[in-house]
Amino acid sequence: MIDKTAHELHDLLIKKKISSVELAEKVFLRIESVEPQIKAYITLTKDEAIKQAEAADKRLKENKNVTLLTGIPIAVKDNMCTKGILTTCASKILANYIAPYDATVVTKLKEAGSVIIGKTNLDEFAMGSSTENSGLQITKNPRDLERVPGGSSGGSAAAVAANEAILATGSDTGGSIRQPASFCGIVGLKPTYGRVSRYGLVAFASSLDQIGPLAKDVTDAAILLQVMAGYDPKDSTSVNVPVPDYQKSLTTNIKGLKVGVIKELMGEGISADVKSAIKSAIKKYEELGAVISEVSLPSFEYAVSTYYLIAPAEASSNLARFDGVKYGHRSQEAKDLITMYYNTRREGFGAEVKRRIILGTYALSAGYYDAYYLKALKVRTLIKQDFEKALSNCDVLVSPTSPTVAFKIGEKANDPLSMYLSDIATIPVNLAGIPAISIPCGNANNLPIGLQIMGKAFDEETILKAAYAFEQNTDWHLKK
Amino acid sequence: MSKHETIIGLEVHAQLKTSSKMFCGCANNFGDPPNTNICPVCTGQPGTLPVINKKAIELAIKTALATNCKINERSVFARKNYFYPDLPKDFQISQFDLPLAEHGFLEIEVDGNKKRIGITRIHLEEDAGKLVHKGADRIMGSDYSLADYNRAATPLMEIVSEPDIRTPEEAKAYMEKLAHLLEYIGVCDAKMEEGSLRCDANISIRPVGQKEFGTKTEIKNMNSFKAVMKALKAEELRHREVIDEGGTIIQETRFYSEETEKTKGMRTKEFSHDYRYFPEPDLVPIAPTKEWIEEIRKTVGELPDKKENRFIKDYGISETDAFFIVSNSKMATFLEETTKSYNNPKAIANWLVGEITACLKESKMTFDNIALSPNQLAEMLALIDNGVLSRKVAKEIVLPELLKGSNSIQGIIKEKGLTQISDEGELVSIAQDIIRNNPKQVEQFKSGKEAVLMFFVGQVMKATKGRANPDAVQKILKEALKK
Repeated sequence: MIDKTAHELHDLLIKKKISSVELAEKVFLRIESVEPQIKAYITLTKDEAIKQAEAADKRLKENKNVTLLTGIPIAVKDNMCTKGILTTCASKILANYIAPYDATVVTKLKEAGSVIIGKTNLDEFAMGSSTENSGLQITKNPRDLERVPGGSSGGSAAAVAANEAILATGSDTGGSIRQPASFCGIVGLKPTYGRVSRYGLVAFASSLDQIGPLAKDVTDAAILLQVMAGYDPKDSTSVNVPVPDYQKSLTTNIKGLKVGVIKELMGEGISADVKSAIKSAIKKYEELGAVISEVSLPSFEYAVSTYYLIAPAEASSNLARFDGVKYGHRSQEAKDLITMYYNTRREGFGAEVKRRIILGTYALSAGYYDAYYLKALKVRTLIKQDFEKALSNCDVLVSPTSPTVAFKIGEKANDPLSMYLSDIATIPVNLAGIPAISIPCGNANNLPIGLQIMGKAFDEETILKAAYAFEQNTDWHLKK
Repeated sequence: MSKHETIIGLEVHAQLKTSSKMFCGCANNFGDPPNTNICPVCTGQPGTLPVINKKAIELAIKTALATNCKINERSVFARKNYFYPDLPKDFQISQFDLPLAEHGFLEIEVDGNKKRIGITRIHLEEDAGKLVHKGADRIMGSDYSLADYNRAATPLMEIVSEPDIRTPEEAKAYMEKLAHLLEYIGVCDAKMEEGSLRCDANISIRPVGQKEFGTKTEIKNMNSFKAVMKALKAEELRHREVIDEGGTIIQETRFYSEETEKTKGMRTKEFSHDYRYFPEPDLVPIAPTKEWIEEIRKTVGELPDKKENRFIKDYGISETDAFFIVSNSKMATFLEETTKSYNNPKAIANWLVGEITACLKESKMTFDNIALSPNQLAEMLALIDNGVLSRKVAKEIVLPELLKGSNSIQGIIKEKGLTQISDEGELVSIAQDIIRNNPKQVEQFKSGKEAVLMFFVGQVMKATKGRANPDAVQKILKEALKK
């Protein structure tokens, strides 16, 4: 039962073939058996989940306010605030932090009647591409326990892939939804910047962060996005535009769809396995009637450097509040304010977080601001323009989600630069603010490969449609 | 003294009179019990986001319009990064290179000379919380410190002047003018003593004729207009003495002490902060529409200078009285309200400046929460004109009652039997009694000393407890004495 998708389970729930409590209990049984190996969750909220499942069953029984998510077990990435429940960001500095409020996305999930199973592991403060930077635990890839699940939403991706949850929320600053989806063989969507409220998402890089769905198929991703999306007065950067009915865009007819293949992402640095899987996927699109062309993004080569100035700069400021004064870890060693700050942050933050805070502080410092931060903002504008230009001639752009399949735990842990480069295909999308989805499109040595489909701002419908058409004509998403 | 001129620029922080905080819905009431007006946003909980208070923007635009500033089509909030426990996010949301408004001016007057002081910029920011230290007066050396975040993220408006001010007197005049204006247009209480208006001063001196500025010092902790002047006088003198003695001024922040009337440097080691300003990514730029600005312009109303001139020209009120009345926006409104039902502005002005102000002062009340209404004053003045009340009774008995909160003049008159005696028969008989009892004065009058008449008037007024109509009394006495 738990290997089914949300839309399949919804049918069973409304036909009363199963109950929500039964479903939740099955999920917890699965967690009991596989979680000791996978370690996807930081916190499990079984008691609350059962209560939510009971409430969902009542809604289903009375046939009142039943949504597609009513009674569906879902995992929440542990950088989204949940009232009364730990929100750790996988950091020692917040290991004891209980948020006094719900993130807007969590509120929406609760209102829809979904059943929150627990909070999933991530790279500390979402900084990383393997979930190895978690300050609390290492999550393993359900497809190969020696490998990373990707990151930073590695816990969420692993939970869905291992059937420890039906759906999960993720956040994506430079690829943190798409890359783990690709590594774990599931679907992950990063919406347009401003499509989903960031209120309650513990900020990493405010101008890049976006919450999105992780799911077993495209339909489920569309269903979860539907619930998450929409303007929120609490987030000034969320945009007040109508949210379309995403399921309506799920059609298989893509005749004439203009697909642009990003030249720069089909060359050097992309592994042969991945390249050949993407080429096959492109061929499949051609078969389905799409019009394929090659596009070039000249500013592309500067994307990773640009990202590693802007994101750490914002992070250095966003993470200042973790100072031991108000909440979270406070060093017990300090005798005065300054050493309290020093010790608290030294003890509380992991190496990668410290690295980025230092990088960002440097980029914003007097005398360096113009050369680094301001220059990065200008390049960001160029990248955005390149995407706009490419998307003015194409409906969607495609590329690999990641240059490689999931790598081994520890393989890149001591090589931050090579880790940073694993986000080479996903980072430009965040800089441009456009939506992108990763779907399974192949295998190499039984390890999944992801296809990234990018679209115009606020046009999630077209990437969902392109993804759905591919999925319905292939069976990569069914491979376990 | 050396041939130096003084250069002063002022940075003023004004607490805005909004009902909620700058970036959340909490009440803007920081006098309440500690940490009662707080929420996840203003305590910097992880994941929270700021939302701009539209009213705060409106009040800042209003100020910009009243100070002849240009309102920027697009202005941007920025983060000012520094660690301190009173700052929940460890950065302050402020404005940096793109402020809300720029390039304005205020006109001041010192010793009859008018002068324009340029306003560089007006911007919005959030205030910090309040720390209470136990065992010491600052965080260093204290046993522990407590944080009250009621004030955290309340709206502040910063108004920066050009270095156009040349004397401490001008600085004081500028502060008074600005405070008056802010209070007038209703954006700020503008009370330096209470901290709703704060001022930091930059001061330097340079040889007359030199273009470059000298090294400046920044003076803090001035809690009244007078203190601004005194502090700057002290610092001006210190600069001159240092330079006369061949020394150099060190750029630093100095604190003014009310006690010693001197400034004192606080840090031995001067280090410049790097606040690492960058655009606040959680907020979108402010782009006020022309229509909105015009709507706000309508609420600015008549500014004090213009009002003062109108009172002098149209109402015939003296310059001194007009200045006095206009310097209190409530009093100015009161005057205008009263003229609606009593068409003698000059008389109203006389009462406001004279009797009413004196009476309030005597009973330690202020005009701000005056119990007297414009209609009551109009009614009282009409009763005096009609001879029902004497001026004396009105001033000594009716006015104090009204200021205490009595709401019916007729009631006071009835209760205290205050109606003026205009009945001739009654006055004639009183006058005759007095003439009979003072033969000596009658003689003097009859021998030509007409001034003695006032003695008799006084006696009649005494006998009637001031209720007699003085004009009628004079007439009756003259006739009776001639007999």
